[in-house]
Formats: sequence, structure tokens, C-alpha cells
Amino acid sequence: MNIYVCVKHVPDTAATIRVGADYRIDEDITFIMNPYDENAVEEAVRLKKRMAGAEVIAVTLGKAAAEATLRSALAMGADRAILVRSDKHHDCITTAGALCAAIRQDGNPDLIFTGRESIDAEGFQTMYRMGVNLGIPVASNVIAFDMDGQRVSVISEMEAGEHACLEMTTPCIIGAGKGLNQPSYPKLPDILQARKKTITVIDEEQSGTHSSASRVETVILEIASEERQPEALEGSAEEIADAIVGILRNEAKVLMNS
Amino acid sequence: MKKIAVLIEIRDGKLKPSNLGVCSAAHESGGECIAFLLEGNAADAAATLQEYGIEKVVEIFTTHGAASWNPEVWAEAIIQAMVYYEIHALLGLASMQGKDLLARVAARLEAPLLMDCIAVNLVRHTAKKSQFSGKAIAEFKTCGDYHVYGIRPNALTAVPAPCRAAVESFKASTGSPGLSVKNLQPGLANDIDLTEANVIISGGRGMENGDNFNLLHACAQTISAAVGASRAAVDAGWVSHALQVGQTGKTVSPKVYIACGISGSVQHFAGMKTAGIIIAINKDPHAAIMSKCDYAVCANLFDIVPALTRKLRKPHKGSK
Ligand SMILES: Cc1cc2nc3c(=O)[nH]c(=O)nc-3n(C[C@H](O)[C@H](O)[C@H](O)COP(=O)(O)OP(=O)(O)OC[C@H]3O[C@@H](n4cnc5c(N)ncnc54)[C@H](O)[C@@H]3O)c2cc1C
Repeated sequence: MNIYVCVKHVPDTAATIRVGADYRIDEDITFIMNPYDENAVEEAVRLKKRMAGAEVIAVTLGKAAAEATLRSALAMGADRAILVRSDKHHDCITTAGALCAAIRQDGNPDLIFTGRESIDAEGFQTMYRMGVNLGIPVASNVIAFDMDGQRVSVISEMEAGEHACLEMTTPCIIGAGKGLNQPSYPKLPDILQARKKTITVIDEEQSGTHSSASRVETVILEIASEERQPEALEGSAEEIADAIVGILRNEAKVLMNS
Repeated sequence: MKKIAVLIEIRDGKLKPSNLGVCSAAHESGGECIAFLLEGNAADAAATLQEYGIEKVVEIFTTHGAASWNPEVWAEAIIQAMVYYEIHALLGLASMQGKDLLARVAARLEAPLLMDCIAVNLVRHTAKKSQFSGKAIAEFKTCGDYHVYGIRPNALTAVPAPCRAAVESFKASTGSPGLSVKNLQPGLANDIDLTEANVIISGGRGMENGDNFNLLHACAQTISAAVGASRAAVDAGWVSHALQVGQTGKTVSPKVYIACGISGSVQHFAGMKTAGIIIAINKDPHAAIMSKCDYAVCANLFDIVPALTRKLRKPHKGSK
């Protein structure tokens, strides 16, 4: 069984983002594996341990530096990895195309795991585009996964604690949500072993690029202003509570007077 | 004239209030605005929607029947309706349902999609959205035959624009989906949808334990607010992950966000920085949140929250 996991190399959540003149960010900061992708890798590796002969292949599209995220996936238990190398900026449409081309070239997927979103582009769509590209069903924001032969059952988290129980047959795509599992952090021997595992580097052109009339262009990218002028509310608990009620009623207008 | 469709969300038989800001964005473009409704009650919804610039309400039916909710079937039905009504721009809410449905529609049409937008211009086909977990804001332009945008709930203001909306129905002929929905389990009764709430009262590590969240629930109940939490509170097992606000939780845009015992990490801010008014209750004057809010209350939350609940219980009922 071939289990592919798509991972993305993204800026660390704590990193300070700086924007250059070309609307690209300064990449001289710490990068990590996209947090939701950790759940995706974890689930793939757990499944592999239950299935004789299963192989987990981590795939990414990115610059040479993205190899670090593939090494993390290998340390978490993936068997080998594919880096689709590209120095270009990609939108979700070309990303999905490139990932699908690389997977197709490598083998027949039974399952593809991704994270439910990437925390840098916040696109929420790559897995759905891959599903259409490969002609297979997709479930995202998945918080429980089970597989019995060809049948895959998942629970997808919806609004206000609502859950949808979905069923598909393989091959299919799973977008991992946070609640899916608790990723295990690799130990030193895992990290050392990961260094010996194979990362196949293919050039984006080599993998067969996907051309589309549709695209997304960046007009502006700027640092979000976090400026608020805090006003201190002081006094006794009673006085502060009165002040908050006043804000709710007069400024925010969210209270109905009875 | 250009036509724009707004995918309307109904919850528990009621029109979600955040739909109206999306209708206003569509109306602002000057095009003809059509509302797509996936589940019954079109006439009821039309009465409200026509006050916000909607000129036609189309109730979509599938071969499978409205009772069997299936996102693949609905995506197919929406596309058929878009083709029939010659619609090239589709707007909807970036709610959980919207994130799933709009992405399925965009993927099948190979249309550009911008999700979780906080501003949209349908004449220029541009939209603004957060990048890097809210640390940056980008304006993007979508290019293609079709354009799909998911709007962050409550990010756009509803502006009254009275019209007369005709109600029609559209019957899609939908194929058999690759995905089957076994069942939908509702959330708990007191789970108010975080992304829809006008007011959110959130607790963090400062709540000390799960039981103390009852203080927040009691306070929230007086004004139909929702209760949220930081990851520290979720990881400690005090509340469910469904309540988590932040980078790896929900992104919310309430009118008022009251943070109790939350330090204000970048990851937490990623989920609530677009709130209208932020009120922080924290006993540490140097906590990050105290310089990133509108009202800073440097005090013990266990003194302030119960006092606030008492005040709110008295002269008011419910929130608007
Ligand atoms: C990849 C990644 C993703 C993450 N995603 C999220 C996310 O989605 N959401 C999120 O929230 N975090 C997220 N985090 C975690 C984040 O970094 C912080 O650890 C977390 O937000 C801290 O929660 P807190 O503010 O409740 O706790 P703390 O930082 O411990 O703050 C507790 C605060 O409570 C105050 N306090 C204590 N007692 C009282 C009292 N009696 N009265 C008043 N004030 C009191 C303290 O002064 C302190 O400021 C993420 C981290 C990573 C690395």
C-alpha cells in the first residue's frame, strides 16, 4: 500500500515576518513543518505500522531548504521522500498540480494525507484540487480516521462541535485536523536514521507542470497592523464591571435594554 | 449586467446573521445579486435577504433530496446552478461548511479561490486576506473564468439595501458521489457557534481548571455570548478543542472579545486579532495582551468575571 503525505515547509509561528519590495517575505527566519501536516504524517505512520508492506512517502513542493521539513517527516517515520524543487512562487492551483504530477510519476496512491490548511498561505484548498486532479474523493478537517480493507471512515469536524461521519473507498485524500492525533516527537536515533533515508529531488519541469488559465496574483503584501491604544480600566471589581457593561452597551451596542 | 451569487448558510432552520455582510459585499459591486439556498425555507430567508440587496433567491434541489446532506452532491448542484444562471463570481462564508463547499466548487471549476477574506472587490476581482497566521495582510487578484471567495464571518458589515426578491427553485441532476455521509452528530446544546458570536468570552491558563470555565459560561449566558479558550486551556483538558481560538483553532471576528487569563501569544492573536473591541483581563500588567487590546483590566479574573455576570444579569436581557 502506498501512503503519500504532502507536507509544507512554512515560517515558524513565532518568527517575525518581514516583507521585501517584491512582496515576498524575508526567508532568513526559522522554518518548520506546517503544524497540521505533523498530524498528517503521524496518522500515515500509525497506519503503516498496522499494515504489512505499506510504505509512507512524504512529498513537498518547495525550494532546496524544504528538505529540512522532509527530514522531519522521515524522522517521524516516513520511509522516503520526494522534493519537487521549484524556486518560483506557487498558488494553490499550481501547487496541487505539481504535487499530483510527482505522486503520479512515483506510484499509485492508495491514500494521500495532507494538513487541513497551511499556516502561511491559509489557502484551505490544495487537497480539494488534488482530489479533482486525481479523480478521487476528499474529506478535510478530519479528527478521526479508520480503515477497513478498501473502506475509509472518517469524522470531519464541522461548526459548533458538530461532527460529520463520512465514508470513502481508497484511493482517497484526507485533510488532517488538529484533533486527529498527538504527533510524537522524534528521538535522536530516529533523527539519525532519517539522515540515511532517500530524498528524491525532481525538478518542477521534470514532473510535468500543470498549466491553467486560472491563477491568483499578489497585488500587495504588508505587515498587519496590530495597533490598538489600550485604555486601562481601573477601580474596584464593581466599577470595572460597570465600565465593561458600558462598553458592551454603548460602544459595541451588543446589549438589548429590557 | 454582471451576476453574482451568494451561497447562503442556514443553521438550525435560521439564516446565519453573518450572511448579510456577504450579501452587502455582492450588492456593492453593482451587479445583480442572487442568493443560493441549499435547504428549504427560501420564502422566510428571502424576506430578510431582500433587505440587503438580494434580487433573487434560488432554492437548489438535488436528485438526492435535501435531507441527505453531502458536500460532493451540493458542490455539483451549485455548479449546475452557476452555469444555468450564468454566474461567474460566487461568494460565501468561510465557515466550516463554506470552507468545504466553496473549495469543492472552486476545485471542480478550476477557479481561483480566496478563503477567509476580510474585504472583497468584485469589480476588480481582488480580495484581502490574512497571511502567515494573521501577521501579514495580502491583497490578491483572481484571474480566470470563475471567481470564488469565502468571507470571514462578521468581517464585512451588513448595509441595508431594500429590494424585492423573487423566489425560484432550481433542480440539479446530481450524480453518485465518491463520498458518503453516514451521519451528522450535532454539537452540544450550549455550544454557540464561535465564528458567529457577537461577543466571545475566552479563558486561558489563568482559569486554573475546567470547573472554573463555568464562571465564563454563566457570564456568557446572560448575553448569549460564546465561550472560547486558549490552547493552554485546551491542552490541559479543561475544555474541548472546538472552543480553541487561534492559529490551530478557530478564527473569529466578534464585535467584542473578552480574554480572561490569556497572555496574548502570537498564535492566539492569529485567531482573534480582527475582533472589533478586545478587552483583556489579566493580573500581569506586562502580559503581551495588555498592550495589544483596547481595554486593559489589570486584575484578578476571579474578582472581575463574577461581578460582570451579576451586572449583566440585572438590567439587560439577551444580546442583539
Ligand atoms: C504551532 C503552534 C500553534 C499554536 N496554536 C495556538 C492556538 O491556536 N491558540 C492558542 O491560544 N495558542 C496556540 N499556541 C500556543 C501559544 O503559543 C501559547 O502557549 C498559548 O496561547 C498560551 O495560552 P494562555 O495565554 O492561556 O497561557 P499563558 O501564556 O500561560 O498565559 C496565562 C495568563 O493568565 C494570566 N493569569 C493567571 N491567573 C490569572 C488570574 N487569576 N486573573 C487574571 N489573569 C491571570 C497570567 O498573567 C498569564 O498572562 C500554539 C503554539 C504553537 C507552537
